Amino acid sequence: MLGRTASGIFWMYRYLERAENTARLLEAGHRMTMTRSEDMAVQEWRSVLTTLGLRSAYETHYDDYAGAHVCDFVLRSKDNPENVLSMLERARTNARVSRTSITAEVWEAINEGWMALRDLLAKPVRESNLNLALGAVRRESTLTRGATHGSMLRNETYSFARLGTFLERADNTARILDVKYYLLLPSLSYVGTPLDTGQWDTVLRSLSAERAYRWLNSGRMDARSIADFLIFDDRFPRSLLFSYSVMRENLAELAQLHGGEAEVHELMRAADMRLNDKSVEDVFDQGLHEFLIEFIAGNQSIANAIASDYRFNS
Amino acid sequence: MTASEKQHFDEMHAPDGSVREAYRGYQDWLSGQEDGMMRRKTLEAESFFRKTGITFNVYGEDDAEERLIPFDMVPRIITGGEWRRLSKGIDQRVRALNAFMHDLYHRQEIIRSGRLPERLFRNNSAWLPQMVGFTPPGGVYTHITGIDLVRTGPDEFMVLEDNARTPSGVSYMLENRETMMAMFPELFSKVKVLPVSDYPRRLAKSLAACAPEGASDKPTIAVLTPGIYNSAYYEHAFLADQMGAELVEGSDLRVVDGKVQMRTTVGFKPVDVLYRRVDDDFLDPLTFNSESMLGVPGIMDVYRAGGITIANAPGTGISDDKAIYSFMPDIVEFYTGEKALLPNVDTWRCADPDSLKYVLDNLAELVVKEVHGSGGYGMLIGPTSSKKEIKEFRAKLEADPGNYIAQPTLSLSTCPIFTKKGLAPRHVDLRPFVLCSPDGVDITPGGLTRVALKKGSLVVNSSQGGGTKDSWVLDD
Repeated sequence: MLGRTASGIFWMYRYLERAENTARLLEAGHRMTMTRSEDMAVQEWRSVLTTLGLRSAYETHYDDYAGAHVCDFVLRSKDNPENVLSMLERARTNARVSRTSITAEVWEAINEGWMALRDLLAKPVRESNLNLALGAVRRESTLTRGATHGSMLRNETYSFARLGTFLERADNTARILDVKYYLLLPSLSYVGTPLDTGQWDTVLRSLSAERAYRWLNSGRMDARSIADFLIFDDRFPRSLLFSYSVMRENLAELAQLHGGEAEVHELMRAADMRLNDKSVEDVFDQGLHEFLIEFIAGNQSIANAIASDYRFNS
Repeated sequence: MTASEKQHFDEMHAPDGSVREAYRGYQDWLSGQEDGMMRRKTLEAESFFRKTGITFNVYGEDDAEERLIPFDMVPRIITGGEWRRLSKGIDQRVRALNAFMHDLYHRQEIIRSGRLPERLFRNNSAWLPQMVGFTPPGGVYTHITGIDLVRTGPDEFMVLEDNARTPSGVSYMLENRETMMAMFPELFSKVKVLPVSDYPRRLAKSLAACAPEGASDKPTIAVLTPGIYNSAYYEHAFLADQMGAELVEGSDLRVVDGKVQMRTTVGFKPVDVLYRRVDDDFLDPLTFNSESMLGVPGIMDVYRAGGITIANAPGTGISDDKAIYSFMPDIVEFYTGEKALLPNVDTWRCADPDSLKYVLDNLAELVVKEVHGSGGYGMLIGPTSSKKEIKEFRAKLEADPGNYIAQPTLSLSTCPIFTKKGLAPRHVDLRPFVLCSPDGVDITPGGLTRVALKKGSLVVNSSQGGGTKDSWVLDD
């Protein structure tokens, strides 16, 4: 497989995952603002923008936090080069670049989804059809992932697809958790303090985790168990631990196919160790924020090592 | 009288309105269909193309939007007998072209014999001095050729152009058939049509047969594309996919240890046969255009040392030249010892003063083309042009006559297309795709039919609003 094609596949799935998570973040934020005071709504939108790393870019264009403005900026604004539509465009461009490595099913899923989104986002999104657009983003990602699962050979290409998906997912979960925790910090002491459960509900919804979490914890909401769930639960497909176990498996597949390990395997083992040897108590002792920042940086080094070990660019 | 008012040969209907032999089975089926069926199917086909991503980028458009090539649902049908006669002519022509290339880059017997003036290639940028004295693996220059044919009567097929550079459109030939079979399965069980779907396999086999000496039994084939912004990217990806070959860009290739190698996830791996879809000029920045980012530095050295097959061979573009074209009947006779089975369209070379005078006197009746032009650009179609356009073109022609040839405005055959008002005749041409290897010449039955969608228009190029049709050769 060409290094450039591997890069195309890796990034195609990263952008898809990123678009999906961004849509979910907007969905949760929008839901939150519907049931809160105006002050809280502003705070919520600000936190959405912070999570996406878009806050300062947004503030150079708007001086309010109206939901319509935030959603338009995040979804489609030309002032924001990292908008969701352009993420999907990049996912599709990468799919075109790697067209010979994906099946017709996968191509059609991503291409049709992109065509639908392009039409939906041709005009500013109104609150009345916001959910339609966000649902379409999630659907495109879901359909493509499903077509991938159902039609692609389990070979090198598949491994790069999975690596892209789960590397991005781990990054996004960590970021969401970090921003929410950071914002809540002043009003929060570690164990047992009654929390604004609405805020935590948003965190869970942003990760499609509310149902699973509630089911496992019979409605109990506290920072410790939510962090435990999102970081360490190996049954939850968006947790850091789960994402890393998928990455580990796929890197092992690559090592087997290529008849040897590379630098990234070392990094992966080290990261695994940092994750597996800890309990949620250790994480809180260290400081959740510090833990997550370290995790995000480690995740980035793994991405860089994948690119250089598998000759994405040179 | 303009081109559209003349009486044209129609592929489907005889002048008395009866249905010609080739279309009898189709007509039987069509007359049994309910009203509105074709319109519904047209919409279905369009959505099929959009989602599969069969698109075409138009040169010179700013937003590089992916456009669909319009597809018409009425097939262009040729009988088995007609095809057998045609393919003999095509086979002969492609063999002659290949021999001609070899001769031009070796002893140049055709020039010594006085049949072809030396100036035609001496000042021609498509003629590459780097190829002189070098024989490509298997002696093959024109691995893939597209011969553009036009028809003016029941038995009158003529060659309009030879495309020996990097002819495109074969993916449309394949996808048009797939679409038709998906839309009208019952039609194909009723009318027996020779299949085209094995073209990619035949291409892979033909390319493998041209692998350089020392390559393994299963040579590594790669398709070299300029990238996703190229107008034919879809086709490059499609062919690579169908052949099971790698789709590479220049940046993936590098000369390592005297071989052209591609950068894979486990290191560099040699390529034996490169089916390149970039022009000669961009192939090797060390040899040709030094600004090129699309090619591979040093590939020409490897090529000349016999380390890789490049298809088509560099320097074959000279046979696309329209001035060379005008000599094709002589060229065919010179190398095959037989009269050309497929005639040329009459051609005036404007470099010749007598011809130039005739052309200038008759501009309003003629089609004038640039010698090196392609894609329907930079040409004048006298009968459909305004006085002002003709006047402007006359100035260009007088300034550089050697750059032009002229041909009569042909009475191109028509074939019905489906319009809102029912079937209506439109002008068509036909581009069969021809493979050449040491094992022989291999022609896939049919080819790509291009159709001018505007009433009366003679320009079928997809970059100028032309469409395509599925092209059938009957299994009779």
